[in-house]
Amino acid sequence: MNEDTVIEAKDLTKNYGNAVAVDHISFTVGRGEIFGLLGPNGAGKTTTILMMLGLTEISGGEVRVLGFNPAREPLSVKRRVGYLPDTVGFYDNLTAADNLRYTARLIGFRFAEREKRIADAIERVGLGEFADKRVATFSRGMRQRLGLAEILMKGAQIAILDEPTSGLDPHATAELLGIIRNFKAEGVSVLLSSHLLERVQSVCDRVALFSGGKIALLGTVPELGRQVLGGGYVVDIEADGVGLAERLALIPGVSGVEKTGIGKLRLHADRDVRPEAANEVVAMQGRLKFLGVQEPSLEAIYTRYFEAQPDATLKEGTLHAA
Amino acid sequence: MQREGSAFQGLGVVMLKELSDHLTSVRMRVLEWLVVLVALAALYGAIQQIKDTTAEDPFLFLRLFTTSRDPLPSFVSFLSFLVPLMAIGLGFDSVNGEHNRRTLSRILAQPIYRDALLFGKFLAGLATLSISLVTLWLLVIGLGLLLIGIPPGAEEIARSFVFLLVTIVYAGVWLALALLFSITFRSAATAALVTLGIWLLITFIWPVLAGAIAQIIVPPDPRYAALGLQTPGTAQLEQILSRFSPSTLFAEVVVALLDPTTRSLGPIYLSQLQGAVLGAPLPLASSVLIAWPQIVGMIATAMVLFVIGYVVFQRQEVRA
Repeated sequence: MNEDTVIEAKDLTKNYGNAVAVDHISFTVGRGEIFGLLGPNGAGKTTTILMMLGLTEISGGEVRVLGFNPAREPLSVKRRVGYLPDTVGFYDNLTAADNLRYTARLIGFRFAEREKRIADAIERVGLGEFADKRVATFSRGMRQRLGLAEILMKGAQIAILDEPTSGLDPHATAELLGIIRNFKAEGVSVLLSSHLLERVQSVCDRVALFSGGKIALLGTVPELGRQVLGGGYVVDIEADGVGLAERLALIPGVSGVEKTGIGKLRLHADRDVRPEAANEVVAMQGRLKFLGVQEPSLEAIYTRYFEAQPDATLKEGTLHAA
Repeated sequence: MQREGSAFQGLGVVMLKELSDHLTSVRMRVLEWLVVLVALAALYGAIQQIKDTTAEDPFLFLRLFTTSRDPLPSFVSFLSFLVPLMAIGLGFDSVNGEHNRRTLSRILAQPIYRDALLFGKFLAGLATLSISLVTLWLLVIGLGLLLIGIPPGAEEIARSFVFLLVTIVYAGVWLALALLFSITFRSAATAALVTLGIWLLITFIWPVLAGAIAQIIVPPDPRYAALGLQTPGTAQLEQILSRFSPSTLFAEVVVALLDPTTRSLGPIYLSQLQGAVLGAPLPLASSVLIAWPQIVGMIATAMVLFVIGYVVFQRQEVRA
């Protein structure tokens, strides 16, 4: 196992009776990386996560988390990995701090260290003033943040987050994604699962697209974009200038120019041609009002991929039962 | 290859947390008041009865537990019926409650095994019940001292103490049953209803059924019936069947412990009475010996129920 690899899954498989929930998946997560497991509900994301934590039996294949085998050394894994379950729950009759105190004692922190870590973690997720409030009064977003505080308090090397943003309003989502980025800044690897593609696209370094228990696609978002959407860059430009369209079409790499409105053009190219396009506009003394490149969106990749393989989406239906 | 670490890591933490939850819960407070009030009523009846009769009785103190005065049943019969209720009340939502609050996967993602969670919950429930029962026991003894005015002898204290221990074991049986159903049923309401249903069946319907089944399998002999006696075969079968119920076992143990003159917990043949001084009290050790199979039976039932729950819980999916 490589020094910089924190999770390594090889042919990981999970069967429930005859139904295959996770089908021979392999991936690695590097240190300090944010890795996204994306896919529809029932595609096998949560099962994969539970296998990594040793919370469900592995039917086949192997997974190593920080060099430990979760099936045989679950305590070593769970001591070093923080987990935020899908719709995390807390004891409503206890305060936020008391909830974390319980976990801290289960982990085995001593009193002084425990109090320091808890206060610190609660402060960092922005729940400082609510530390002594009962969790019953907490909103969903606050509960999710408390869940992240638990992972911070634990001092985990890997944070595994299952659907951290589902059911949150845009503001709460943005806050949560901010905290997740901070994890990365501290060298904590993050593995997060989601079915909300566009929200997690912005934080993930690499993603694995799940479908029917298999990893359909794996890589960075631009890589997947090239792979699935056919490698095109789309540059939108808004400028005035006579004959601009013709001149832009001459830029090497541009395969087509399209008029999308008054003074608006769309270039299709095999690379990012923004600098050249800007040069052209300036050279003909036109006024450049807008210049932008469309990042390939996961949503588009996802939709396109499954349009191309209708049987893959069909199989999902059977897996919902699992 | 063995799994690493101890299965009991975190046991103490879980137990203390559950215990504090129990002791501060409204449910527990209601149950405690129910028990205390009912016990006081029974005790009051018993004391009135004892004062009225004032018979020469070497074990007057033990009469506190077993004497009843209409319309109230005795303290012991109250207990045999309230202890299961308390145990079920504490246990019916212990595991499915964690599921429903969605705390289970979060807690199990901490470095502990499921064993610790389950053991911790059972022990915390048992500790809570023990605390209540010990309190109740002290209350009875104290009130008895005050109201009867005769200090209990060492033998009486010892007998009532063993009775206390047996009551805790009896509570453990019902707690284990409640825990088992809280594991198997995801809905707390279903678990509570099923457990209560089984309690009703075992405590009130089974004794009647046992008699009926025994009569079907071994029809009573008309010759015995003519003499107004029970057919030995039928009676024996009925007793065997009724002993499947922990309530029967508890009742038998109570009789053996609190009535020192009890010599046997079943039909006695004349041959067995040879040389016996009828009505003479047995020493405590002999009384315990008479009830020993019943006591062991109850402990075994609790363990079997717990083990079934344990196995189911180990194989259960943690996801909500």
